[in-house]
Amino acid sequence: MLSTAALLANDAPAQLLPARELMAFTLASHILLVPFGVALPFITLLMHHRALRRNNPVALTLARRWSAVMAVQFAIGIVTGTVLSFEFGLLWPGMMGRWGDVFGLGFGVEAWAFFLEAVLIAIYLYGWRRLKPWTHFWLAVPLPLAALMGAFGIIAANSWMNTPQGFSLDAQGKPVHVDVRQAVFTPIFGPEYWHFVVAMLLTAGYVVAGVYAVGWLRGRRDRYHRLGFTVPFTVAAILTPVQFMLGDSAARAVFHKQPIKFAAMEIVWKTDTHVPEYMFGRLHPDGTISGGLKIPQLDSVLAGFSTKTKVTGLSSVAASDRPTATQATIAHWAFDIMVTIGSALILLALWYAWSWWRHRDNPGSRWFYRCAAIAGIACLVTVECGWITTEVGRQPWIVYHHMRVSEAVTSTGAGALWAMFGIVMAVYVAVFGAFLAVVLKMRTRWRIADEGSAAVHAELPPEADTPYGPRSEPEPSAAGAPPAGGSDHTPGGAS
Amino acid sequence: MAAFIAWVLVLAIAAYACAGGTDYGAGFWDLLAGGAERGRRPRWLIDHAMAPVWEANNVWLIFVLVIMWTGFPTMFQAVFSAMWLPLALAAVGLVLRGAGFALRKPTRRLAQRRIYGAVFAISSLLTPFFLGTVLGGIAAGRVKVGTTASADAWANGTSVLVGLLAVAATAFLGAVFLCSDALRYGADDLVDYFRLRALIAFAAVVVLALIGLPVTRNDAGYVRDGLTGGPGLLLIILAAVCGLATVLLLWRRSYGGSRYTSVASVALTVGAWGFAQRPYVLPTSLTVAEAAGAAHTLRWLVIVTAIAIVLVGPALVLLYRLATMGELEELTDADTRAAGVPGDNL
Repeated sequence: MLSTAALLANDAPAQLLPARELMAFTLASHILLVPFGVALPFITLLMHHRALRRNNPVALTLARRWSAVMAVQFAIGIVTGTVLSFEFGLLWPGMMGRWGDVFGLGFGVEAWAFFLEAVLIAIYLYGWRRLKPWTHFWLAVPLPLAALMGAFGIIAANSWMNTPQGFSLDAQGKPVHVDVRQAVFTPIFGPEYWHFVVAMLLTAGYVVAGVYAVGWLRGRRDRYHRLGFTVPFTVAAILTPVQFMLGDSAARAVFHKQPIKFAAMEIVWKTDTHVPEYMFGRLHPDGTISGGLKIPQLDSVLAGFSTKTKVTGLSSVAASDRPTATQATIAHWAFDIMVTIGSALILLALWYAWSWWRHRDNPGSRWFYRCAAIAGIACLVTVECGWITTEVGRQPWIVYHHMRVSEAVTSTGAGALWAMFGIVMAVYVAVFGAFLAVVLKMRTRWRIADEGSAAVHAELPPEADTPYGPRSEPEPSAAGAPPAGGSDHTPGGAS
Repeated sequence: MAAFIAWVLVLAIAAYACAGGTDYGAGFWDLLAGGAERGRRPRWLIDHAMAPVWEANNVWLIFVLVIMWTGFPTMFQAVFSAMWLPLALAAVGLVLRGAGFALRKPTRRLAQRRIYGAVFAISSLLTPFFLGTVLGGIAAGRVKVGTTASADAWANGTSVLVGLLAVAATAFLGAVFLCSDALRYGADDLVDYFRLRALIAFAAVVVLALIGLPVTRNDAGYVRDGLTGGPGLLLIILAAVCGLATVLLLWRRSYGGSRYTSVASVALTVGAWGFAQRPYVLPTSLTVAEAAGAAHTLRWLVIVTAIAIVLVGPALVLLYRLATMGELEELTDADTRAAGVPGDNL
């Protein structure tokens, strides 16, 4: 067994490791922004709608502030996304060269959807001041739909890599007779897509709500924090049980369509019935498992609702065609962490539902808000875990059963790739650090404004200033003074 | 069908050269705007003019890549293998540029604004340069299927020249657009400021094009022949006419039409290159027909493109209209109710 592993290691080109690490790093970074690109517009529009419908100035402030955050987040997301499309060529030219025309169309759909999103988001972000309120709102309504369309394209491409179809191979092994519809709607596409979309909404909801949960814990219990918490949290809480069902069906789809990946996710070594479920634990190259919590029969039950369900094991295929023990363990842990967090979030959602059912109000317990504050971060962890599960579980294949990662990798030397990895890592750490710093600074500025002017605002009718239209930039000392409408261009670089 | 997709690719490149190019040009002038005090007004204008449109402008590049790998996978593989380094550097430049621009706006501290601004401006110079060297290397026939990454593919006379031309052309476009933006924002002093710069940039384009004539003689024979005869030459002449018309319009201070003529001159140049390279996607080694992906995919690529144009076109027109009518303005601190914190200098 060891010698096979050594053989494999020798077989793999030296540039494989840095190429893999670089791709993993850039994707892992980008994917943290995706929930906000896909779902933040939807949540912001919900708040915006409430503001316009009920003439609610607090909701309007929230929607505006969220759109200010969205502006920065979307810009960073665009650049990290562009890098990924470069990396398909820079790191995996073998895959794009051979399969580009089979599965590339999904990216085409994504690119157009993304274009539409960029255009609409620009109109939305910069339309606050001059457009008529409802016109402004309605122009943004297609935004979440464009986001769904973009996700459709990306997931179509990824699910094709998991369950490739829509082509046949000629004598040289080149794909011919491409059928685009089959290549887009692959067997795993449906489960993967809905699981992904709901995950994005859930994550954005919990993260945004978490920000206000922290504020609530720090004693800021005004309408602003209450609303900022309740709207996104409700969206996320409603979707949590939905996601649980979707996740379960996605796992079962993997069981049927990618049995070896399922075996890795559940560290099943030998094909058998009555297979136990391991919570965590570690798979060794000889097939033994150490650590972890063993629950007899459960894996068979989960996979096919019966203890007699036969689960394919990793050892059913050659060692070179399946994830290594380490990779299987990684996929397994990622899967288990995702499921564990998902289950915990169900409890949180139930707590919330119970409280609303009994008291028509948010729970009062500090522990609820502590959990809610952590839920956002936990969701980001599950997003990473879900992605690790699907990507590491597919190893060593980049195109399942058709192309190995090592066949797709660039011929550029390992040295250059490590150097690029170093540069990209430094740049990304700086960019993401700066992004976080900017968002936190925005938050501080808003908080100071809210606290500093709270006393003055109490004396004024709420939002004496018109919420829309040109307005002046008040001097900090004159905050709360009746605004003087008029000049709307700041003459200096002060914006 | 393959030829049609190849033209769609040329159009997408032209669109990126014009839309993205204008933004790169704005970044170029940001770089040369001088210190914090002297460059304050030009930078303010650049920020305001670019902000609503730069993300949409940037997405054209993603199309170029998607059309390449879906329509011509072998060409995509060959280009990204041979041109590894300039493309990697361009990718890094794109991140720095976008992040620098996006983060500069909400930042209030002068020192930080300087850093983000410098990052944005320098990468606005480097990114089009490296993308230009890639185009130059392809035109010079230095990319073939199986060419491995080497400096030879892009560090040669033609590549460097096209890289410099790309920078000069973006500077030209940027300055022309900023002229009319300055007019629109009522910053009359900046109109003359950018008018001068547009003229200088045009002169630079002309000089570089003239230098190009001897440089490309031995290096990029096929494409050079295409540009100095037939439809390629016709488009080049039209591009030159549009360029001269832009200069004339600027000279006479009539800024209305200058944006259109400047865009036309750049787009026509890209089109001329498309004609000159026919029937090759990689000159003299890989034709459009040889490189084309599966027929069924190409058909769907056309369908998707057509649907997308119907969906995106009106939105894009609306965006540009709102932007040029001055309807798009960013949120101020008053809108989001923000207050300064100690230590912010702006």
